[in-house]
Amino acid sequence: MRDNRATRLLFQVAAILFALIVTTGVLFLAKAQPFAAYKYIVLGALGSWDVVTNVLVSWVPLLLATSGLLVTFTVGLWNIGIEGQITLGAIFTTWAMRLMEQSGWNPTLILILAVLAGMLGGALWAMLAGALKTFGGVNEIFGGLGLNFVATALNIWLIFGPWKRPGVASMSGTIPFDRSLWMPIAQGSSRLTPATLVMAIIGILVVYAMIEGTYFGLRLKAVGKNARSAHILGIPTWQYMMSSFAVCGIFAGVAGAVQVTAVYHRLIPSISSGYGYLGLMVAMLVGYRASLAAPVALFFAALNVGSIQLPIVLKLDSSLAGVLQGTLVLFVILGQGVRSRILKKTKVKS
Amino acid sequence: MNNSALFVSLGGVLASAAPVLFAVIGETISERAGVLNLSMNGMILLSAMGSFAVALSTGSVVLGFLAGALIGAFVSLIVVFASLTLLQSQVAVGFVLALLCRDLSYFLGSPIMGQVGPRLSQLPIPGLERIPVLGTILFQQDMMTYLSFILVIFAWFFIFKTRPGLTLRGIGERPAAAFVRGTNVNRLRYLYAILGGAIAGLAGPIYSLSVKAGWKGTISGLDGIGWIVLSITIFGGWKPFRAAFGAYLFAFLQWLGLVLQPSLPSVPSQVLQVAPFPLMILTLLFVNIGNAEWVERSLARLPENVRRDIAKVLRAMNATPPAALGVPFEKE
Repeated sequence: MRDNRATRLLFQVAAILFALIVTTGVLFLAKAQPFAAYKYIVLGALGSWDVVTNVLVSWVPLLLATSGLLVTFTVGLWNIGIEGQITLGAIFTTWAMRLMEQSGWNPTLILILAVLAGMLGGALWAMLAGALKTFGGVNEIFGGLGLNFVATALNIWLIFGPWKRPGVASMSGTIPFDRSLWMPIAQGSSRLTPATLVMAIIGILVVYAMIEGTYFGLRLKAVGKNARSAHILGIPTWQYMMSSFAVCGIFAGVAGAVQVTAVYHRLIPSISSGYGYLGLMVAMLVGYRASLAAPVALFFAALNVGSIQLPIVLKLDSSLAGVLQGTLVLFVILGQGVRSRILKKTKVKS
Repeated sequence: MNNSALFVSLGGVLASAAPVLFAVIGETISERAGVLNLSMNGMILLSAMGSFAVALSTGSVVLGFLAGALIGAFVSLIVVFASLTLLQSQVAVGFVLALLCRDLSYFLGSPIMGQVGPRLSQLPIPGLERIPVLGTILFQQDMMTYLSFILVIFAWFFIFKTRPGLTLRGIGERPAAAFVRGTNVNRLRYLYAILGGAIAGLAGPIYSLSVKAGWKGTISGLDGIGWIVLSITIFGGWKPFRAAFGAYLFAFLQWLGLVLQPSLPSVPSQVLQVAPFPLMILTLLFVNIGNAEWVERSLARLPENVRRDIAKVLRAMNATPPAALGVPFEKE
């Protein structure tokens, strides 16, 4: 077997097939009709202009999270703490909005400042994980996980404590912002906000240009490939790790700000919606390369939105989307392993 | 709260620590062999759901526990196959499985949500249960809680006092040296990772058939336990007794959160439930800080007697992971 684009494609197609076979098996196990389930997922994601805009709404934060993660993956870091960074971005955004709500300033200015505050929140939380890693020797996976739980606790405390609705605090979140302070919604749509779409697209382009086209990106790659030799070559390793955490935190913060200003218009307990973990999956699926991140994130967002209707129409849990996404990533990873094993064997023979 | 109620609750703390203990000891064995099993969070959920489903349909608690162990072993098998045979990242595969197994458990478990099924019965030990105080705390438990006590002692004895235990530590610390001495490193890693997975898989049925009987989907309160287990494994320094201390500390703090709830009405219950997590980060920091380079450098500048005392404290808290943790072993 040769190492070329065709064989790589072959293995990717095989991974998709295996993922479909396993998910179909799971559906049979749940005594459901697989084809009906797939049909409703497709209809739920593409059936009308309204659901298509819902896919785009969920694509924005997912792509933002993935973009940030590509930077930390480039330097070889597993930023599992991104969920907390999204949450902190949302908290800082809400905080800024609450401060400026009554100021009478131009709504556009308020929204810009609120997104900047979100960036700050995400970056601070990410750098905390970075500091634990560089100065405390705490592995970024475990530090990040712990910080995720702390972020959730902080968020819930704010919703039930200082920022609670007048009267009774509830899981439905803080009191919504005034309509004038919502991210502007496109005409003829109920939820689509063009400004956030632009943010996400610019975001992935910036990450692509930064990793592939700048000296900074080249050095990030060097640290990621071999931190020790990069250090010997004179690259200040830990500063680069910290910067990549900060950049990822900024992206996560924007994702949180989008959730608050454009999707929920308030702070809710599960404000990160799992986009951080899903972003990790997307980044793994695209092999940590920026070029494919946007379409794959769109596909994952479509699966999520498409499965929302499943409990109503088929009495199936909507976690089916996660099953399909998880098996897909798993088989792509296994496929890579099988492929490189076969390649090695053919090399030894020849 | 009067004294006897307190002793019953302390007994409850031991029971609620039992699943965490099984999971932590399982992960410790796996990591001692050099295999980091990051799938823990999803694996516990899937084994909790799967074992409850099996016990519900067969009426047998024993078969439920068996199913839990099998699920744990199977998930670990995927991790080791991907990492040891196919040389893919252990962290990546483990993380994907953590999410995949969680979603699988929610998807497949939704039809049996909220149903009442068989559960493990209490098994007071005749005679011993009548000992004042200790009897109430220690000897009015169910089978798995007693087994959790024995498991810790057994794991410690096996890892540190037996010949196979020495080999187990060897393949996690210096696989090349173990290989030269004729050990089949990868075969043993398969064995211990799967064994560790099976032990950790029992945590699921201990929840769904005893401590939190039943399956309640996303509100089971089990999501997150697996991540805690991974932190406690580090906190435990890959030593069974220290790990057990971590598990009991965690269970105690969660119980304390529940007890303090009425006296702190302004703090929502969800906040108190996660109170152990920040403490976990702090302990991880303490456990790891002795490994950081700058600490050593700044220690060197201190006067001799102060330095020796601080170094002693740091060393007591310190834990160094098995040297070859997460690194695949290749003969070439």
